[in-house]
Amino acid sequence: MLPYSDQKEKLNKIKSGKLSLKENIESFLQRIEENKKLNAFNFVLDNEAKADAERIEQKIKAGKAGRLAGMVIAVKDVLSIKDKPTTCSSDILRSFTSVYTATAVQKLIDEDAIIIGKTNCDEFAMGSSNENSAFGPVLNPIDNERVPGGSSGGSAAAVAAKLCDAALGSDTGGSIRQPASFCGVYGLKPTYGRISRYGLTAFASSFDTVGAFANNVYDLSILTEVMSGKDEKDSTSSDNKIPEITNNLTADDRKFRIGIAKEYFGKGLSSEIREENKKLIKKLADSGFEIIDITLPHSEYTIAAYYILTTAEASSNLARYDGVKYGHRTKEKAPLTEMYKASRSEGFGSEVKRRIMLGTYVLSHGYYDAYYIKAQKVRRLIKNDFDEAFNKVDIILTPTTPTTAFKLGEKSSDPLEMYLNDIFTTSANLAGIPGISIPIGKDSNGLPIGTQLLAKQFDELSLLQLSYFIEQKIFT
Amino acid sequence: MNEKYEAVIGLEVHAQLLTESKAFCSCSTKFGNVPNSNVCPVCLGHPGVLPVLNKKVVEFITLMGLATNCTINERSVFARKNYFYPDLPKGYQISQYELPVCEHGFVTVTSKDRDKKKVGITRIHMEEDAGKSIHDQAFETLVDVNRCGVPLIEIVSEPDIRSAEEAVQYLTKLRQIVQYLEICDGNMEEGSLRCDANISVRKKGQKEFGTKTEIKNMNSFRNLEKAINFEIERQIEIIEDGGKIIQQTLLWNPDKNEAVPMRSKEEAHDYRYFPEPDLLPVIITESWKKEIAAKLPELPEVRRERFVRDFNLPVYDAEILTLNKGIADYYEDIVKVTKDFKSASNWVMGDVLKIINEEKIDIKDFPIKAENLGELINLINEGTISGKIAKDIFPIMLKEQKSPLEIVKEKNLVQISSSSEIENVIVKILEDHSSEVNTYFEGKEKVFGFFVGQVMKATNGKANPKIVNDILKAKLEKLRN
Ligand SMILES: [Zn+2]
Repeated sequence: MLPYSDQKEKLNKIKSGKLSLKENIESFLQRIEENKKLNAFNFVLDNEAKADAERIEQKIKAGKAGRLAGMVIAVKDVLSIKDKPTTCSSDILRSFTSVYTATAVQKLIDEDAIIIGKTNCDEFAMGSSNENSAFGPVLNPIDNERVPGGSSGGSAAAVAAKLCDAALGSDTGGSIRQPASFCGVYGLKPTYGRISRYGLTAFASSFDTVGAFANNVYDLSILTEVMSGKDEKDSTSSDNKIPEITNNLTADDRKFRIGIAKEYFGKGLSSEIREENKKLIKKLADSGFEIIDITLPHSEYTIAAYYILTTAEASSNLARYDGVKYGHRTKEKAPLTEMYKASRSEGFGSEVKRRIMLGTYVLSHGYYDAYYIKAQKVRRLIKNDFDEAFNKVDIILTPTTPTTAFKLGEKSSDPLEMYLNDIFTTSANLAGIPGISIPIGKDSNGLPIGTQLLAKQFDELSLLQLSYFIEQKIFT
Repeated sequence: MNEKYEAVIGLEVHAQLLTESKAFCSCSTKFGNVPNSNVCPVCLGHPGVLPVLNKKVVEFITLMGLATNCTINERSVFARKNYFYPDLPKGYQISQYELPVCEHGFVTVTSKDRDKKKVGITRIHMEEDAGKSIHDQAFETLVDVNRCGVPLIEIVSEPDIRSAEEAVQYLTKLRQIVQYLEICDGNMEEGSLRCDANISVRKKGQKEFGTKTEIKNMNSFRNLEKAINFEIERQIEIIEDGGKIIQQTLLWNPDKNEAVPMRSKEEAHDYRYFPEPDLLPVIITESWKKEIAAKLPELPEVRRERFVRDFNLPVYDAEILTLNKGIADYYEDIVKVTKDFKSASNWVMGDVLKIINEEKIDIKDFPIKAENLGELINLINEGTISGKIAKDIFPIMLKEQKSPLEIVKEKNLVQISSSSEIENVIVKILEDHSSEVNTYFEGKEKVFGFFVGQVMKATNGKANPKIVNDILKAKLEKLRN
């Protein structure tokens, strides 16, 4: 559909004059217009993108362009871009404009990527279907009656529908991997601390990560490589050495030990997803990879621990939206506490309110030990499970989601059922390890099925190498 | 206080740290700038911002911990204290809760009767200040965020204090230490040093503590003393009347000299503390601690002893001079110029401190340079001027910032020590006042003073008083014969 397979080819084609970046941008903008019903974008930066294209095309011709030159990227509307709106798909920030640029976005801009717009998402990244947005739901490009997944639904849909080359998302409990799986694209959640969070609107600070969506492993690799690294503005970012990924995308000489955890293939998993994943495992075994059965015994507590800890952090992170300094303030001129209540009641959607209340409760005097402290202990146990597993294997393979994309409205009345959609993805955020979702097939409805690969902290290289092998050698 | 009772008091003291930049962003901490000008996305709590710890804050709190005999925890953790207020942009204050930097310390306070007593320090932790709400009629409430994120340390004492006087001594001691460490200016009126008190009373000999109340808003030593005494009396009265103390927070009203309970709604805070996920634990390694310890200045007690030893001063003088680091520095600068240590002490404790206290100024802003005051003392001791003239020169030095010698020359105030010159004046005066001379011979010796006065008047006070005395006596004796 696109006249190039990845960024490497795109850059070469522009250099050699076979591809006009200007026309490339025009065609993306046209596709965005044609696919407006998907509701993938909150804002399209058309004029800026056109101007960037002209400038960067010159740079490419002059041989002075960065590694991402001409790559057209959509950014989830929870990441700040200077002088552009950052709404988090919330009424409370509908009128908010950022005064600085997120580090991850700045790194893309520094390598001459073109930011084409900001994508729709679940409000404050809370949700698994992209139905919790003040701008309305995003439709799955494969089946418009279905959700694209969430919370980074707009980014996943935009990449799947080829409205851009790649997109940034954020992943707190699966918000990149789950929509990547639902939309049939590649999505990587890096190790916690690998990519700076500075400029990412906080949902749950000790879980939040910035990552990317792409249509191929090479693009995902180069984006991850560029965005990684220590940032003085983010104390929790790591100075762990950034591996050379794009130069090492050949998995032939690395025979990974691949772990299969029975806890991730139990009941609740759709049989078609199970089958497709089993087929992949078989093919990997046939290709000479060692398949090892492992156990992650505390898996059943992941959702509970996850929702206690993330809502606790969220209740505090979202306290700043109070109608005092910026964002929505109620029209009611009332005493201070009433102003707070009215502004927040009007500004936040119901899922955000639910999580703020839950988080406030678990941190309250008398409940803190029973919930927060206990959940922290569970988090430690889950991390230990993974540490132990990674003594035996290099990569753990699981399905990304228990089901394929569900219908709009299907689960919105039952939050608990909605939360269970993240059952395979939240553990990586609890443990701080990297995870990727790769498309491996389709179900009988033609809906994409994904596989999730998990590796130990800071081993994005192994994840991307195995993904590359699967992309190049198994699904050719 | 009723003799049957004793008070149990603990203080929570907040000291604003003198760092150049705020605790978690690079904004200036400068006081008095245009409202909302020392701000950035971080201290304004914009979406997506993250705090980055200013290392100076850790250094300063470690200095304080070392100076107050605390254990310095190798690992401490920031926590969020959650509450809504317009001058708190993030909706939470970054503080420390379960794991502070310093614990288990003490300071020694000295009472008026020179008794020494240890007051335990439970903990010292770091936190950030909130902004200021200004309640203005025309605009209802205005918020100034400049102070948001300015680093504070909170020093929590053990309930070891037994009277308002002791509380004042303890706070004085803390102020002295932070000033010596140069980590806080110690100004209570401007709020860089703030104090809350937990107070309960119990019958003497009773082991259990009584129910305590907390008093806030005492912005001077005077108010601290008054508020504590007020609360002790109030509690004793209630108990004596058979009542029970209610645990509550009271606000001191300095205009009415009374403490009023806060509305229960205001104090019913559940701060929902939890570890701050945006900041890593603070690790103070043994080597960093040593590096910081090497920067510890001479502390007040050591300096006081040195003053007694090196300058041969009475303990009382040394104590007063070392109370404030700036004063002590000033004194040491004087005695670099003059070797008359005791005179230097008298000048500082008398004339200098009088003006500092009257004008409520810092010694740094005192107009007379230490070296000039030293020179003034030397001029007296060399006999160039009399002590009386020196007292006249002092106010001129305050105004004109000239060296005393310049002033002496300019105003022609050099002491007349020439015997012949003085003798001429005396002869003339005795001639002019023959009746008074007779009165003197009749036995009214106090007329002698009159003659001295006349001599001084004739010489504009410049005559060397000792020489005047000697010659006057000799002349009168001569006349008598
Ligand atoms: Zn700032």
